[in-house]
Parts: sequence; C-alpha cells; structure tokens
Amino acid sequence: MKNELINYCLRLGDSSLILGQRLAEWCSKGPMLEEDIALTNISLDFFGQSRMLYSYIAELKGGDETEDTVAFRRNEREFYNILLAERPNGHFGDTIVRSFFVDAFNFHHYSKLKESKDSVIAAFAEKSLKEVVYHLRHSSEWVIRLGDGTEESKLKVQTSLNELWSYTGDMFDMNDGDHLLTSEGIAIDLEEIKPLWNATIESVLKRGKLDLPESKYMQKGSRNAMHSEYLGHLLCEMQYIQRAYPNSQW
Amino acid sequence: MTDLDKFLEKINNNIKIEPKDWMPDGYRKHLQRQMSQHAHSEVIGMQPEGNWITRAPSLRAKVILLAKVQDEAGHGQYLYSAAETLGKSRAVYIEELQSRKAKYSSIFNYPTLNWADMGAVGWLVDGAAIVNQVSLQKTSYGPYARAMVKICKEESFHQRQGYEIISKMALGSPEQKEMAQDAMNRFWWPSIMMFGPHDQDSARSGDAMKWGIKIESNDDLRQKFIDKTVAQAELIGLTIPDKDLKWNEETKHYDFGAMDWDEFWSVVNGDGPCNDDRINHHIKAHEEGRWVREAANAYAEKNN
Amino acid sequence: MDNQGDIWEVFIQSKPGLAHKHVGNIHAMGKEMALQNARDMYTRRQEGTCIWVVKFADITSSIPEEDGSFFEPSNDKIYRQAVHYIMPEGSKNI
Repeated sequence: MKNELINYCLRLGDSSLILGQRLAEWCSKGPMLEEDIALTNISLDFFGQSRMLYSYIAELKGGDETEDTVAFRRNEREFYNILLAERPNGHFGDTIVRSFFVDAFNFHHYSKLKESKDSVIAAFAEKSLKEVVYHLRHSSEWVIRLGDGTEESKLKVQTSLNELWSYTGDMFDMNDGDHLLTSEGIAIDLEEIKPLWNATIESVLKRGKLDLPESKYMQKGSRNAMHSEYLGHLLCEMQYIQRAYPNSQW
Repeated sequence: MTDLDKFLEKINNNIKIEPKDWMPDGYRKHLQRQMSQHAHSEVIGMQPEGNWITRAPSLRAKVILLAKVQDEAGHGQYLYSAAETLGKSRAVYIEELQSRKAKYSSIFNYPTLNWADMGAVGWLVDGAAIVNQVSLQKTSYGPYARAMVKICKEESFHQRQGYEIISKMALGSPEQKEMAQDAMNRFWWPSIMMFGPHDQDSARSGDAMKWGIKIESNDDLRQKFIDKTVAQAELIGLTIPDKDLKWNEETKHYDFGAMDWDEFWSVVNGDGPCNDDRINHHIKAHEEGRWVREAANAYAEKNN
Repeated sequence: MDNQGDIWEVFIQSKPGLAHKHVGNIHAMGKEMALQNARDMYTRRQEGTCIWVVKFADITSSIPEEDGSFFEPSNDKIYRQAVHYIMPEGSKNI
C-alpha cells in the first residue's frame, strides 16, 4: 500500500506545486499592487502544501530522496497534478476562474480529508484547509466582482468559465490506488465531493450573475500522468538549475 | 514667528512634520520626488528578482525569494501610501513613472543572468538600500519615517537571504564559484553608485540636509556600506573588482577606486541594458489590469 | 485618470483583548476587498487577530494648528489623573 500512498501524495503535492508555480508567474504583473501581494500569498500557501507532502514522500521512499528530488527530478509522465493546475495563466479572469474551480474542490476535499486515518495526511488537510478557506473567498469574490462588474468583465469571465469547464471533471478522477486508500479510510471518495463542489460553483456563479457552463466532454488523464503539452515547458523552467548542476547544493 | 520659522524650529527640535502641517513648497516637492522614486524602486525592483522565482533551484529558495519579492511590493505600497499624504495620488505617481518623468534606482536597469545574481542583489543591492533606509528612519517627514521603520524591520531577512545564496555558491562547486564571482563583478560598482553622486556633485543634497530629509550624506553612507561589506566578501573568498580598494590605517576606512559616473548617468537617463524592458513590463501589466480595476470599481459602486 | 480604488485605513488587533491599532492603509474597491487587501498587506507575519478597515474619506480629523483650543482645556484639570491624589503613607494596592 506504500506505493499507492506515495502516488496519492504525489497527486496532492503536484497539484499544489504546479498551481503555486503558475500563480508565482503573476509576481510583478498583478492588476494592482495589493492584488499582486494577494496572488503571491496564495502561491506561497501552495508551495508550503507541496513541501509538506514531498517531505512525507521522501520519508516514505527513504534513501537520498528529499523534497527537492521529488520536485525537480521527475518528468511529465511522472507528475500527477490535476490538469487545471497546469493551464496557462491567461488573463486575470482566466487565472481567477482556474483558482475558483480548484479552491472549491480543495475546500470540500480537505474538509473531509482532515479525518484521514493517515496522520500526516490528516494534518496536511487540516493545515491546508485554513489556507483554502481564504483562497476560496478570494477567488469567489473576484468571480462575483468580474461577473457583476462591467460588460467587458462579464463577457471575459464567462468565457473563462466556459473554456476551463472541460478540465474540471479531471479533478474527480480516481485510480485503483485511490479506491484502495479510500476503503482504508485514508483517502476520500471524490464522488462524494462532486455534489458539494457543484453547489458551491452554482451559488457563486449565481451571485456573480453568470451562467453555469454547459456540460460537455470532460478532459481527463492526469490521474495516470497524462498531461497537456504545457506541463513540459513549465517543468523545463522550474527544474533547469537542478538538472544543469545535479550535484550542487543551493 | 512666520510659518517658515515654525517649520524650521520643528526640524531643529527633531519634531516630525505631519501631512497637515505647513511646509515649504520645495520641501513638499522634494519629498514627492524622493518618496515616489523610492516607491518606484521597490516596485521596479520586483522584476530582476521576479525573473528567477520560477527557476529557483530548491523549494526553500523558491519560497524565500517569492516572499522577498512580495515584501518589495508591500514596501512599494507603504511608500506610495506615505507619498500620497503629500497630496498626489498613486495613479499620478504611476503615470509619472510610466512616462519616465519620475526615476527609480538605476541598479534595477541591470539584468539578472544567473542564480548567484539573486545572492548579489540581496546582499549588495539590498545591503546598500538598507544602509540608506536605516538612516532615513530619522527623516523629518513623519509618514516617510514611519514607513522606513516598518520597512527596515521587514527587510532584515532580505540581506541575509542574499548573503546565504551567494556564500553557498562561493563555497560550492567551481561552476558555482564562478557564477558567484561573476555576479559580484557585475553588481559591485552599480551597488556602490546607488548612494548617488559625490556630495560636492549632488545638486539637491543641500536643501535635503537642511530640511532634515537626508540625515547622512551620500559619501558617508557609501563609506559605511563599503566598510562593512569588504570583510563579508573576504570571508567567502570573493574578490571585490576594485584594484584600488585597500584599508586606510589613518582614516580607519577603506579607500576605493573611481566610479564610472558617465555610465551611471547614461543608465539613469535611459540607456541602461534594461530600462525599456522594465518600464514596458510595468506598462503592460498596468494596461492588462485596467479592465479588472474598472470591473472592481463598477462592482463596488453598485454594491457598497 | 486610472482609478486605483479608494484609500482605506487599516487597524489591527494584534492579540485578543488589545485595542485595534492603526498600521497604515491600502487601496481597494469596496469593503470586502479592503479587508482582504489589508489581510494580505499587513498580516504577512502573523501580526493580527482582527482587522478593521475604514474608508479614509469617512474619517474626520481635528486640525493640528487648532491643537491648542482642542486639547489645552484639559491641561488644568489634573484632578482627572490618578497621580493627583496623595495616599496615606504605607497604603497598598490602590
């Protein structure tokens, strides 16, 4: 079961790391100084979450593994982050909608995961939940503001919602290992999360006077390390120093 | 007693000048220029370091750098906020930056080309800035002094993280050491020129000292910085790229070589390697954020 | 002219039971954003337990030049200060 547990932690940790990396790309590009700082704060939370899980993975794997070997020495097909996390930032509305979908998921997911029988995962979920409550508030309020702001912002954010919608199904995907861990009380059955997530999305969109995107084909694959082409470029950039000077200390 | 007498009496008695107090027009203008320049420097300064956040070599290095650059945004905000008390809005200050009417510290017009530059920027550039900012905690304008106190408190980790990065590299593999020395070579002279021209060539220093805006002169601050930095460089085996640098037993200070003021002024006036890139980056982000600010304003009008 | 939102003054309570203290200001559009921005700007180092934000335009200030007429009337009313009273030698806890 150790391998399943490691793989499950990679799912959680990679999603945090990759979304954190995307949000960090906003640094010095925010629409206002105050918002620049908000986005960086959220990014820092995600990095913190991934570090917690990577340290656990390194401990489970043993040997010379560290949080950094886990983060910097794997390729695309070894990453298990949700597809939404790797979507490019686009404009501010795209970034907010991407965050909103993920934050709502994390909120309901971690609310249950904090009861996990694995004490590290439970502690991770409990700590992360405090951060996620704020993330969700931040992204929801922006969705509402943009939805009920100007004609231009309404059109933009509705388009972001429609375009990113097909990546949301992927968050709920589970592999055999996840089912095993669920039966052991370690992981959460994501089918249970779905109606809660839907309810949050619907209520926020309603407050923002926005339409729920039409259901259509859902992308998936990340649970088996299948990704878009964007991930490889993100990893190239993120891992460059560790790859170029593999035996150095920084 | 005239308004001016009362004002000067406060300065002489170290009583802070507050936003609603009477102040000479020149004092207000000098502060508007200096404080906004300081704010712009924090904000533009996010770019050369932001350049490495996505490429930081460890997760620890990444969060430290991100938190540091975020602090700079915060410090820019504190300074704009203090500068706004002088009756000019942040929007106007930003417009002056983008139209190049206002300046920012010239050091940020140099590119960051390897990871050791994150060390050099923190250690040397922030190091120089801190020497200046510690001195400015005693400046005569209340909001500026208070912003400086807050900034100095938060900046205490900035220089240390820079020195940590560069010392690890200077004491690391030959390749790392080479990068560290390269960073040192590129950042040393621009860092010591951050303190501005020699006192005798500094046109506005006179008034600034008289009004208690500046507490110590450019040359004194520069000397302070050099004196404390030389030993730090020696400790980690880096060579300061100045063949004239040597300890002077008589003055108890380091003597150092002549700075290239032609280069300094050409970079200040727009001809540095990154001047256009820095301003264009700022304008692009500002323009791309316009619809967001408009939406937020429209929403607030409807709902508050 | 670009609109950077209103200026909001920020007050933070650093521990339960203490008074809210002025720490600075932020720009924001609307009170929810003001609260969020204040949180991100001023509690990055765990400085607080509660935040107040007040729109700067809603604050009325006395005028420093009129300090005299505003504050001097209480100068001669030192009977409002505890130290004004002489307690008998040896009295404690009062």
